[in-house]
Amino acid sequence: MAVEGDLVQMGALIGAGLACTGMGGAAVGVGHVVGNYLSGALRNPAAAAGQTATMFIGIAFAEALGIFSFLVALLLMYAQ
Amino acid sequence: MATEAEGGSGFNIHPMDQFVIKPLFGGEHISWYTPTNATLWMGITILAIVALLVWGTRGRAIVPSRTQSVAEVIYGFVYKMVEDIAGKEGLKYFPYIFTVFIFILFANVLGLLPMSFTTTSHIAVTGTLAIAVFVSVTILGFVKNGVSFLSLFWISSAPLALRPILAIIEIISYFVRPVSHSIRLGGNMMAGHAVIKVFAGFAGALGLGAVAPIIAIMAVYGLESLVVVIQAYVFTILTCVYLNDALHPHH
Repeated sequence: MAVEGDLVQMGALIGAGLACTGMGGAAVGVGHVVGNYLSGALRNPAAAAGQTATMFIGIAFAEALGIFSFLVALLLMYAQ
Repeated sequence: MATEAEGGSGFNIHPMDQFVIKPLFGGEHISWYTPTNATLWMGITILAIVALLVWGTRGRAIVPSRTQSVAEVIYGFVYKMVEDIAGKEGLKYFPYIFTVFIFILFANVLGLLPMSFTTTSHIAVTGTLAIAVFVSVTILGFVKNGVSFLSLFWISSAPLALRPILAIIEIISYFVRPVSHSIRLGGNMMAGHAVIKVFAGFAGALGLGAVAPIIAIMAVYGLESLVVVIQAYVFTILTCVYLNDALHPHH
C-alpha cells in the first residue's frame, strides 16, 4: 500500500512539473504582445501612449492561459 | 522545522513557509474569528491607506503637500483609467474600483517588506475580490440591459454559422474570468516571493561568500517592486474592462 501511495505522489509531482512547461507558452505570448506593441510604437510614437492600456489588457489575457497550467500544477501537488 | 534545520545539511530551502497562516496569540486551532497574521497585515494595509488618504490630505491645501500630492496622483490615475475604459457611465462605480486598486496596491507593497506577510498571495483573498467583481458586474449587466445583456455572447458581427460556436467559447471565457482574475494576482505574488526565498536559501547555504545569490535577490526584488504595482494595475484595468462589458454589451 505504501509503495502504491508513493507511486501516485511521484506521478502527481512529475505531472506538476510537466504542467509548468505550459507557462513557457504564456511567456512566448506575452513577449509577442509587447514586441509587437514596441515595433508599432517605434513606427508611430505619437499613437503609443494611448495604447499602453490595451497592451496591458493583452498581456493579461495572454498570461491567463499560462496561469491555468500553474493552476493544474497546484492542483496536482496539493489537491489529492 | 527548527530541528530539521539543525539536523540537516546547510542547504535548507522552505520557500513556501512564508505563506503559512498562524494564529497571532499562540494555539493551533484556527476558526473564522481567530486573529492571524493575515488579519494583522490586512489591518496594517487599511491603516496605511487611511494614513495616506485621510491623514495625508487633512490640510486640503490648494498647493498640496508631498503626501497629499501622492494621494491626488493615485486618485487621478484611477479616475482617468475608469473614464478611458468604462466610459462616463462607469464613473458611477469609481469608488469601488478605487477601493479595490488601493487595497491591492498597498497589500502588495507591504508584502515586499522583509518578514512581512503578503495577504494577496492567498487565493482566498484574491478569489474573494474577484468573485465580488464577477457577481456585481453580472448583476449590473442584467439590471442595466435586461435580457439583451446576453448579446454579449451572441456576436452579431460574425458569420451566422460560426455564432453558436463563438457563443460557447464566449460563455466559457466569461465564467473563467474570476478564476484567471484571482489566480493571476495570487500566483504572481506567491511565485515572486518564493523565488526570493529560494535565492535566500542559496545565500544561506553558501555562507559568507554568497555574493552571486545576494545580487540575484536584489535583481529579483527590483523586478518584484515593478510587478506588484503592475499586478494591482492589471487587476483594476480588467475590472474596468468587465464593467465596460456590463454597461455596453454590444460588440
